[in-house]
Amino acid sequence: MRLNTIVRRELFERRTQVITSFLAVLLGIAVIVSVKTVSYYSEKAVSRELDALGANVLVLPKSISVQDYYSADMEGSEIPEEYVTRLVMSDLEGLDNLSPKLSVPVEIEGRSFTLTGILPKQEFQAKAMWQGAGIFSRPQGCGVVANIPGLSKPLSKETLVRERVIDDLGEFEALVGADVASLVGIESGEDLTLLGRSFSVIAVLPGTGTVDDSRVFAHLHTVQKLTGKGPVLNAIEVVGCCVEISQGLVEKINKLLPEAEVVTIGQIIETQINTNQMMRRLSGVFLLIIAVVGSVSIANYMFANVFERRREIGTLVALGARPSFVMNVFLLKAAVLGVVGGIGGYLLGTLLAVTLGPKLAGIPVLPIPSLAAWGVGISVAIAMAGSYLPARRASRIDPFDALQEV
Amino acid sequence: MLRMEGVRKDHKHRGGIVRVLDNVDLEIDRGEYVSIVGQSGSGKSTLLLMLGGMLSPTRGRVIMGEDSLYDMSPKDRADLRKNELGFLFQTFNLVPYLTALENVQVPLLLRGVDGPDQARKAAGLLERVSLQDRVDHKPSELSVGQQQRVALARMLANDPPVILADEPTGNLDPETGAQILEFLEETNRQGRTVIMVTHDPVTADRASRKLRLHDGAVVPGERLP
Repeated sequence: MRLNTIVRRELFERRTQVITSFLAVLLGIAVIVSVKTVSYYSEKAVSRELDALGANVLVLPKSISVQDYYSADMEGSEIPEEYVTRLVMSDLEGLDNLSPKLSVPVEIEGRSFTLTGILPKQEFQAKAMWQGAGIFSRPQGCGVVANIPGLSKPLSKETLVRERVIDDLGEFEALVGADVASLVGIESGEDLTLLGRSFSVIAVLPGTGTVDDSRVFAHLHTVQKLTGKGPVLNAIEVVGCCVEISQGLVEKINKLLPEAEVVTIGQIIETQINTNQMMRRLSGVFLLIIAVVGSVSIANYMFANVFERRREIGTLVALGARPSFVMNVFLLKAAVLGVVGGIGGYLLGTLLAVTLGPKLAGIPVLPIPSLAAWGVGISVAIAMAGSYLPARRASRIDPFDALQEV
Repeated sequence: MLRMEGVRKDHKHRGGIVRVLDNVDLEIDRGEYVSIVGQSGSGKSTLLLMLGGMLSPTRGRVIMGEDSLYDMSPKDRADLRKNELGFLFQTFNLVPYLTALENVQVPLLLRGVDGPDQARKAAGLLERVSLQDRVDHKPSELSVGQQQRVALARMLANDPPVILADEPTGNLDPETGAQILEFLEETNRQGRTVIMVTHDPVTADRASRKLRLHDGAVVPGERLP
């Protein structure tokens, strides 16, 4: 027989009394785990939505403001395309998508629009010197969502405006903004003459209500060649990780590209950081409430258990049990309650999150295995915290009083 | 071997002080069989638990061998109870959720004896009290006499040189009570010191010395034949 035999037998013998406090721990952990699981995926989903809003860092020529950029008024101000290489080859952490652009004015059927040259994602990956730079291996926690079934959709060329990067774009292919398409009356599959060359319109982009609606997108190198400007850009749109941005990513890019103007689009970053903080605070508040309620519930049960077993404790003391042995009887019991409650709470919480998450939050939710260890740890901590004072009281029970009572 | 020197014990009760033991001087030699008698509330059980290192005196000293029990640390006193003392209670005080075998194993567990040795020794002790066919029974599944025999086996588990028995036959029918007393006498014959609190004069008369407590004070003892 060991100490744990005593604990196990007592737990089974008085299981109806144990069940209430066990349920308190189990439900508490289940709530924490389900909230954390749902908020993790909510955070990711929000990040993904914000990510889709576009770049949060812009690298512009010195003389250009963000307002100029959005009004597409950047005529005559350029930065070398080599800046992209510098960014890709740097050891800066937190750079996600890069989208180099060159915008020039064009006339289509007597109307003025902007032709924007973009570099397809595939060309980044094709450049041997950029291989392994990891620019497209999107880091975790950076507005990045791993492949979640039902959430990730294959990119289409029509997603350009939202995603800012497309996989592939042919030399004389074009994407047309919604306003351009409606004003000029052009549709997907038709040809369009730009800068004296014929382009095949591969998609009409959905309306966004932004300046992008009056743009036509073509391959960056085609635009550079047709305008005779050479390897230059008007801007590099960067999707940077919010955490890194808050830790000085912009300053680091400024240092790397001193001849350029590096600006952030504050609202996007602020929204993402605020959302993340809100999610974390929400989980924190739940954790605090449940830790207090769980501990109080366990403490209440343990105090009652100590009172009920005072005669047994007196007997153990009479038989030579040290105070530490008596204390360990109760702390081990708390640990068992914590471990079992933690595992059960993780399973129940995950089940709740996976089944109710999609219905309540409208997002797909998957189990997070690492939360099991976290849940058990919290559960044991709650049980131990709630049991410490009762256990100490048990170890200090006066055997004379305990044995005198009948 | 066991000595009380000028022991006084006061209990606080509703703002007042109740003197339970008053200036008790007592000496019990190794191998003695002593009964302590007295009316209810005379301090018998207080004296017994004090001898067992479980209740400190308000004044005076309790000495076992060379050691003053209440000058020891609680840990050392617990070790002394574990190694030197065996308790037998009127209400048996068996752990209700453990089997007879496991109840007898408890003192062995406290002594750090490993599992197989615990079980072997506990089974032997239960056989000695004729309960070899009740090892897996819980206390609630045993008669009161059987429960007291389990308690007796548990008391003997650590082979204590001193046995402290508090009304060991108080809850038993005369026949079972007699069996228990025979066990106690047998352990005394084996050289153990037995100190027994009882209010039953017949039981008390079976000891070799009888001490009477009256209002917390020891009335000069009588040595019995």
